[in-house]
Amino acid sequence: MKYIDEYRDARIARGLAKAIANCARHNWVLMEICGGQTHTIMRYGLDELLPRQIELVHGPGCPVCVTPLETIDRAIALALRPEVILVSYGDMLRVPGSDLDLFRAKARGADVRIVYSPTEAVTIARANPDRKVVFLAIGFETTAPANAMAAWQARREGLTNFSMLVSHVLVPPAMRALLTSTQNRVQGLIAPGHVCTVMGYQEYEALVRDFALPVVVGGFEPVDLLEAILMLVKQLEQHEARLENQYVRSVSCQGNLPAQRIMQEVFEIADQKWRGIGPIARSGLRLRPEFAAYDANQVFDLELIVADEPAECISAQVLQGLKKPTDCPVFAMRCTPENPLGAPMVSAEGACAAYYHYRRHTRAS
Amino acid sequence: MCLAIPGKIVAEELRNGLRIGRVQFSGIVRETSLDFVPEAEVGDYVMVHVGFAISKVDAEEAERTYELLEEMGALEGELPPA
Repeated sequence: MKYIDEYRDARIARGLAKAIANCARHNWVLMEICGGQTHTIMRYGLDELLPRQIELVHGPGCPVCVTPLETIDRAIALALRPEVILVSYGDMLRVPGSDLDLFRAKARGADVRIVYSPTEAVTIARANPDRKVVFLAIGFETTAPANAMAAWQARREGLTNFSMLVSHVLVPPAMRALLTSTQNRVQGLIAPGHVCTVMGYQEYEALVRDFALPVVVGGFEPVDLLEAILMLVKQLEQHEARLENQYVRSVSCQGNLPAQRIMQEVFEIADQKWRGIGPIARSGLRLRPEFAAYDANQVFDLELIVADEPAECISAQVLQGLKKPTDCPVFAMRCTPENPLGAPMVSAEGACAAYYHYRRHTRAS
Repeated sequence: MCLAIPGKIVAEELRNGLRIGRVQFSGIVRETSLDFVPEAEVGDYVMVHVGFAISKVDAEEAERTYELLEEMGALEGELPPA
């Protein structure tokens, strides 16, 4: 497949790994933000190709992982109402809520449906005028325009049985929070290529400037990530801190303007709680007042839910790059993708799931 | 969630005022919204995320950077072991 195969070329990957080894004189801690990138690193063993001076820590870029427990509980409570069809991306179904997950709610008779695209949720609402369709609209900036489009379409069609339970997060405020932490070890950042495809990369200039931190916008294939790492190491070794774009085939400086326009029309910036990390000011999106009729929080009379994470789950530290999944005492023992204690073990992008699928047999002793 | 994969636009149509493309990924073809990529045409590659094209792949940039990477691969045998 064009634009995939050539970026999985083992010969180029080895060439890049050698160039990194030749360049790295000091120890450097780099973070990839996006969980999709974490999976590529684990799946292709890129961390093992790198010289020992380079440590990769994994960021919070897994929307399923950072969706607040209260939102999951609210989605489950809605799904259990007989008049509701709860529509979700597949990854959300096994994310543990306080008592059960959407998958188990479905087993108890809840009408939970999985979609690939948010427009399918609108189609379901159109086809079921006697039911209330709630779309669990989660994601980062990459997904926000598509989710915005669902609300926009529903309003244009005058649908009265469609609403969204929104949990949208933004990368730059979260990165600022992590970098400001006294525990921060990150010295270079791989910015998420698909978030930047939508948003451009101007927002990352401030991180480069305020933290004297090199940032490279990186793609998702092994060659992309190795090239981004090489670009970061070159900067670090030369005591530079610049913003660079490795993922030029998809990312432009200004990003996708039509996508940004629909996002801004439908959503506004709001404070947001991140599962495992806590509340971060102005780090999320909510529906604008003009779209209140499509906001499930306003359409339904929902109880205020306060929820606690299982005490033995260390996903808070994993999501902040402070610990590796293998540092967790219950990793691959009492916490597995089939029976997850925390969200990062569930998602196709969660760091714990990545280590489980690709590394559990080589667990460090 | 933030995965986007490249596919080639093989056909397009207007439906209810929305621009829908048929986009080919290896063996399969999926309907994809082209509303965010007004500049993309049949024959172009687009990055697709949850049913929406979010960018047109910049073929020239891809070609240029790939040539540089190819040189990196060609050097691989000549570099001293890490």
